[in-house]
Amino acid sequence: MTDATGRARTVLVLGGGSEIGLAITRALVERGARGVVLAARRPEALDAPAEALRSAGANVEVIPFDAEQIDAQESVIIDAFDRARARTGDVDIAIVAFGRLDERDVLQETPAEAGHIAALNYAGAVASALAIAQQMVAQGHGTLIVLSSVAGQHARPSMAPYAGAKAGLDAFTDALRDALRGTGVRVMTVRPGWVYSRMTVGQRSMPFAVMPERVAADVLSGLDGGATVVWTPRIVRYVALALRWLPRWATRLGFRVTSMRRPRNR
Amino acid sequence: MFVPGTRQRLTGWGRTAPSVATVVRPASRDEASAALDTIGARGVTARGLGRAYGDAAQNGGGTVLDCTALDAIGAVDAERGTVVAGGGASLDAIGRAIAAHGWVLPVVPGTRIVTVGGAIAADVHGKGHHRDGSFGAHVEAITLVLPDGETREVTRASDRALFDATTGGMGLTGVIAAATLRLERASGTVRVTTTRTRDLDATMLALVEADARHRYSVAWIDLVGGRGRGIVGAADRIDLDAPSARGEAGRRALRLAVPAVVPVNLVRHASVRAFNELWLRRPIRAEALQSFDAFNAPLDALGAWPRLYGPRGLLQYQCALPIGADAALRTIVEAIADGAPAVPAFAVLKRLGAAGDGPLSFPIEGWTLAVDFPAGAPVLGAFLDTLDERVAAAGGRVYLAKDARMRAEMVPLMYPRIDEWRETQARVDPRGVLTSDLDRRLGLTRGATRGPR
Repeated sequence: MTDATGRARTVLVLGGGSEIGLAITRALVERGARGVVLAARRPEALDAPAEALRSAGANVEVIPFDAEQIDAQESVIIDAFDRARARTGDVDIAIVAFGRLDERDVLQETPAEAGHIAALNYAGAVASALAIAQQMVAQGHGTLIVLSSVAGQHARPSMAPYAGAKAGLDAFTDALRDALRGTGVRVMTVRPGWVYSRMTVGQRSMPFAVMPERVAADVLSGLDGGATVVWTPRIVRYVALALRWLPRWATRLGFRVTSMRRPRNR
Repeated sequence: MFVPGTRQRLTGWGRTAPSVATVVRPASRDEASAALDTIGARGVTARGLGRAYGDAAQNGGGTVLDCTALDAIGAVDAERGTVVAGGGASLDAIGRAIAAHGWVLPVVPGTRIVTVGGAIAADVHGKGHHRDGSFGAHVEAITLVLPDGETREVTRASDRALFDATTGGMGLTGVIAAATLRLERASGTVRVTTTRTRDLDATMLALVEADARHRYSVAWIDLVGGRGRGIVGAADRIDLDAPSARGEAGRRALRLAVPAVVPVNLVRHASVRAFNELWLRRPIRAEALQSFDAFNAPLDALGAWPRLYGPRGLLQYQCALPIGADAALRTIVEAIADGAPAVPAFAVLKRLGAAGDGPLSFPIEGWTLAVDFPAGAPVLGAFLDTLDERVAAAGGRVYLAKDARMRAEMVPLMYPRIDEWRETQARVDPRGVLTSDLDRRLGLTRGATRGPR
């Protein structure tokens, strides 16, 4: 259980390869978390980050997890909770961190690929979040962190399927939070702006770009302060708010300016 | 028999680390036993008046037996000087019931609003520990409802190991449905001697001297504007007619109540500093007559005082250090006064007498220090971990009834008889039905290596 000083003991990360997910986990381990389960599509790719968490004092287990296999998700997540319990205890914090971004003009995208991106980022995350929520309700406590995106608040044509999925996930998370009232389970939505990571490598960075560590720091202060939604960096909240009130033609112009001289993707 | 329950969010008295459990309130021993029959995978724990500061009486996802309806108080057996009280009866109610006949409970902790079950499960101690020992020392028999539904009266003669494992056993050896308590014929009035001390050494010396001459002693110490200066109170019961319950209530005309919701933490560095200065400088009568309850449990008059700490609650760090660990005590007091990352709002120092028989019973002969901090400062956790290590290295321990943060690996270092306790616990609970958030966090019943349930 998250203790009286706000320290979680056991953390589960779905999308263990996510740099934001790992940065949050690292920060939680530095604060005293002792058990980490990383669930990832390619566990073998997590040797280095798992080792780093171990040398920081955590008991780390890496398990295979494919977010696109929606029918298999529940059993993988139940298994992850059981493994955590056998080592360090109930899962105190679970992070839904997986996601895929294929930044290109939406009209250049194959419809199948766009559908897969939408399925992973939305349907996959919905199944994960719900499976985690149910396990946490059964244990009577826990915090679910869902990585959404500012893109979900304001969709650019260059990441339309991703942005649409994040918008849906964000709405689902709001509703899930309401449904979980009184269960002891807390839900936090994280809306990062542009973050330097593998997902965005090769792209021209947007204004207010931050490192994953900054996201992690903001998430931890959100956990301490009881936040339900964390915008990171904080200013993107006001940017998103401003963009919402601008006419669409003005934001289109903005997209064009911030997309200029972007190196070609892939 | 089906006893219905409701899902409730529970915390300890410190209002930290909540979890949601199904709360069942049995109206009788039989109902308690029936409720134990239908326990799910997350097990069950008993709860009284929720005065344990940490997570001892909560059980996330499982069942919590609210025992406060098992509150019958029998007639005093004047010949043997005993009374039989339900596990859910409060020491306050018992005290009032027996006072009229000239009896008192020999051991009352710093609050009367605890149940008999909680007092036994935490093996609580009072300001007279150096003379009287802990609560368990005055218990003659415990009626335990065991996980298999059997109700058994346990005495030192019938099952010494189980009796001892239950005193201080944090409720993990069975549900305490009733107990036979030994009473004492004494008045409810004490003569109190109060002295001011200028530093920690003076406080420690005053406590040592007080213990030699007085039955009760305690020191309030200032760790914000000083490093252990304070006020030492010592008291003895005197032979006067006990003030009647009504007379006492009448005198407590000025009753302060903490509002139901305090939206922010009012316990801050500046407010504590100011309070401590005023409290130290208040006019002190060197000697005065007072009711025992007012001397012993002054905070009871304030009601739900932890609300003053705002929504994040408070954390009480209470440790005991053995005789000869004076140097460790000084280091710990200085570390808190100089470098605690949260304001040490309220601190109490006291000497403890000889340890009791419970393998998990907290008191050991030496010193005990209790410090209240506002909870929620994440760095406080790391700071208290370092104190844990100092305490363990000095042969001391942290009080489980106050804890909501300690790491499991400290338990065997602080409670070296844990394996002996586990053996008895496993004998009465082979299926592992009895558990709690505290148990899961510290691996009390199962051991840290086997992993909590």
